[in-house]
Amino acid sequence: MTQNTPVISCQNVWKLFGRNPETYLATLPIGRGYEEIRADGYIAGVKDVSIEVHRGEMLVIMGLSGSGKSTLVRCFSRLHDITGGKITVEGQDIMKLSERELIELRRSKMGMVFQSFGLLPHRTVLDNVAFPLEMRGQDRHKRRERAMEVVKLVGLEGREDYFPRELSGGQQQRVGIARSLAIEPDIWFLDEPFGALDPLIRREMQDEFLRLQEMLAKTIVFITHDFDEALRLADRIAIMKNGAVEQCDTPDQIVLNPATEYVRKFTEDIDKARVVHASVLAKQDISGTGNPVDATATVHELAQLLVQDTREAIPVVREGKTIGAFRRSDALNILVGAA
Amino acid sequence: MAVLTTNPTASDPMLTRPRAALIMVAIAVILTGMHYAGALPAVLHRLPEAMIPPFAQWLDAAFNFIKDDLGLLALTRFLTTGLEWLLDATANLLFGQRRWPFLGPIPWTAIAAVAAVVGYYLGGWRMALLGGSVFVWTALIGQWKIAMQTASVLVVAAPLAFVIGLTLGIAAWRYAWVSRAIKPVLAVLQTLPFFTYLLPAVIFFKVGPTAGAVATTIYAIPPMILMTTLGLQKVPHEVVEAGHLSGCTRWQLLRHVYLPSARREILVGVNQVIMLSLAMVVLTAFIGMPGLGAKLLAMMGSFKLGRSFEIGVTIVLIAIMLDRMSKAWVIKQPEHYIRGTPWWKRHILLLTGIGAFVFFCILGQFVEVATDIGRKQNFSMGSEIDDIMKWFLALKWVNAITDSIRYVLNVQVLIPFRNFLLSIPTPAFILVIAAFAMWLGGRKQAFLAALFFSLVALSGWWDRSVITLYSVISAVSLALILGLPLGIIAARSEKWSRRVLLACDTAQTFPSFIYLIPAIMLFGITDVAVIFSILIFAMVPLTRYTIEGLRTVPEEMLEAADMSGATQMQKLWKVQLPLALPTMAVGFNQAIMFAFFMVIIAAFIGTQDLGQELQRTLAGTDMGKNFVLGICVSLMALTFDLTILKWANDQKKLLGLAE
Repeated sequence: MTQNTPVISCQNVWKLFGRNPETYLATLPIGRGYEEIRADGYIAGVKDVSIEVHRGEMLVIMGLSGSGKSTLVRCFSRLHDITGGKITVEGQDIMKLSERELIELRRSKMGMVFQSFGLLPHRTVLDNVAFPLEMRGQDRHKRRERAMEVVKLVGLEGREDYFPRELSGGQQQRVGIARSLAIEPDIWFLDEPFGALDPLIRREMQDEFLRLQEMLAKTIVFITHDFDEALRLADRIAIMKNGAVEQCDTPDQIVLNPATEYVRKFTEDIDKARVVHASVLAKQDISGTGNPVDATATVHELAQLLVQDTREAIPVVREGKTIGAFRRSDALNILVGAA
Repeated sequence: MAVLTTNPTASDPMLTRPRAALIMVAIAVILTGMHYAGALPAVLHRLPEAMIPPFAQWLDAAFNFIKDDLGLLALTRFLTTGLEWLLDATANLLFGQRRWPFLGPIPWTAIAAVAAVVGYYLGGWRMALLGGSVFVWTALIGQWKIAMQTASVLVVAAPLAFVIGLTLGIAAWRYAWVSRAIKPVLAVLQTLPFFTYLLPAVIFFKVGPTAGAVATTIYAIPPMILMTTLGLQKVPHEVVEAGHLSGCTRWQLLRHVYLPSARREILVGVNQVIMLSLAMVVLTAFIGMPGLGAKLLAMMGSFKLGRSFEIGVTIVLIAIMLDRMSKAWVIKQPEHYIRGTPWWKRHILLLTGIGAFVFFCILGQFVEVATDIGRKQNFSMGSEIDDIMKWFLALKWVNAITDSIRYVLNVQVLIPFRNFLLSIPTPAFILVIAAFAMWLGGRKQAFLAALFFSLVALSGWWDRSVITLYSVISAVSLALILGLPLGIIAARSEKWSRRVLLACDTAQTFPSFIYLIPAIMLFGITDVAVIFSILIFAMVPLTRYTIEGLRTVPEEMLEAADMSGATQMQKLWKVQLPLALPTMAVGFNQAIMFAFFMVIIAAFIGTQDLGQELQRTLAGTDMGKNFVLGICVSLMALTFDLTILKWANDQKKLLGLAE
């Protein structure tokens, strides 16, 4: 498998809830909407979704509650069996796996963090973290050693003998994170991991999460209902509504070119200058002069330069190579919110 | 049947539920009037003997077929061997019966010490004191041996019920068809009078401890099944998903995720198993199981109230201890130790327990009293208490009070009421019951009520069933008159609510048998004593649910009522009671179920109802008759159960209180 094949790929995936979903899906006319399906007595948890997750990428699935984002991620790990379409994980069609193979896949490749933590109340922190290792039959000494490593990684050293109820919410989620990392998964699912935490702790945990991701470079599917969180963390964002993906793109593109009215509403109150990077504004057909700016800089970071500079176009470099230049006026428009 | 013919018209929009009920009552009144006027044909008053099918014989034939031809008896006798071996072992350990392993009896001091340590582990010093002192009391009052006879069955039956209940509960949760198959059986089992458990146990498992253990086990299984299923259903789905993603196999998921997460409900189930086992094991006295129950039965039979009272206290103490300890276990949470705590410190209580046990066992070898308190050494005050009681009851004013209560109730209320019920023609009676079910529940409930009571009529035990029902209705009515005001008044203050609830909780743990003691003490062997014992037993759930219903009315609604300028009375009538009513109805329902249970036990005092007949069947092998009688009681109880619970659930939905 090459670097470029997607880790998770799903094609026209459907997940319907109701009495007889398979038969219903087979007879479903193309283009039937969410409300019409609902009138027929079915709920479209996931509605004709095609999406790919690439190696080392962080895909954030964003949507309001009931939009189907949690259902979709549960289809990826086959916690839900899908009604139609195809999901492949590392090239394997997961609907074709036997129970044994599925368990093997989860034991070796997948980790998941849950919104309300999903910790086992009768086990200590260390035993909770070691749980996936215990399930795959690792011996006691080895698994405790490994669990201890991850506990240290998430900064819970010294609390390893505590029981979950003796910890704060943030600490409990650290245990959840440690548990999901214990088997060194390739794919990491996070289902609104910071949703149950208060805003200050949430911010702290996001920083912690970014630090971990920098160290571990996993393939990540991250679910949130918080658009700011999505912008802050994502490589790409998929915005869901009524089971379908409205738009899937980089944060810059979503902010600059919302595909639908629904997406645009989300972007309305966002300070675009903090999201849009120089690289996105750069166009190859124009050339600038003078000192270039770095491709990874946001418009907001360039604010002072943009206001004081007098150049028409400013060149952009990525890793020493010029990739083009952007019009200063475009950037200024974003900065003052006119774009 | 008249009800069935009105059913099709009930869909008529003009014929609302109350109206249909009213019409049915009217027909019943007309029928009764005709009977009084002598215009009713005898066939419509009571079913003639000739028309009663011989259910008992049919059942007997079926039993014989299963028992002998299908070889069930051989199977149960085989199972008996294993059970007997276990019971012999516990009997040897606890009271020194000469059987394998020939170690016992364990000195009472050792058991008391271990109980204290276990109590300390579960609930600190207070529980330790409770655990230790209950056993010390039992030994000092001279009831150690009979208590241990009871305990030897209990320690076998309760774990057995736990294991079977847990297994069935898991099966019912896992497979929908098991759940569907089990539900109606559980509903009937919970309303079946206990005598109906006893006789099959005797026939299939020999008289004595084995039959006692079997009956106790079966009796205690249902709540364990329900609590297990409930607990497993309540495990948060994220915890389950975390288990899946940790790569659990099905077995690992059940063993490591589901069962530990359902710990709380499972332990509540354990608490109920223990309490029901205790209640039943005392009642197995009726089939000759030696122990506290048998002694109590004998003492009450010979009117030795002092000794009865002492045994009653022992049973109550044991019940409270078992209840408090198992409840403490429910809420006990694991605590972590600081890293590096040495092994002996982590297990200090285990070591203390073992140490104390060994110490007292050795001590018992040298000091006789530490093992066994002899007849002359105990502190039983049986005859003294007898004297005091006799003196008290003979006091002029006490005598006057009990006598007048007895006279007024018996002559003015109970007997006329009973005669009135008996005078109602059978079809009219069924109509009234169906009307009640129609009014509260609906057409389905009315149909079932009519069906169930018709079956009772067909059983040929109509008059005795009516007498049973009369006891239940009179006792529950009296319980309402006393219990509701008590609950309402107690609910007014936080402090009193807590106290009365604690009293109810405690009273509810007592084995039902106990309630006979004060009844007999005060009113002797009369109808009033029967009603009185049912009355106190039924009052407990009534008061309890009234308080709970009133106290759980949301604070905001009370504040809204206050701000609307409601007086205390208005608030009670317009806000609290309507909202509390569904919960109170659940209490009312439980009161009726308790009453049906108690009325059968009260047969011991001497009644003329189904219980009396049931008790008689125990002497023989009259299994068919026993079942017919038992099912009569069960059908009557089920009618009320279905109707009232339906109403309570409808109301909860209407008020938006249902989950």
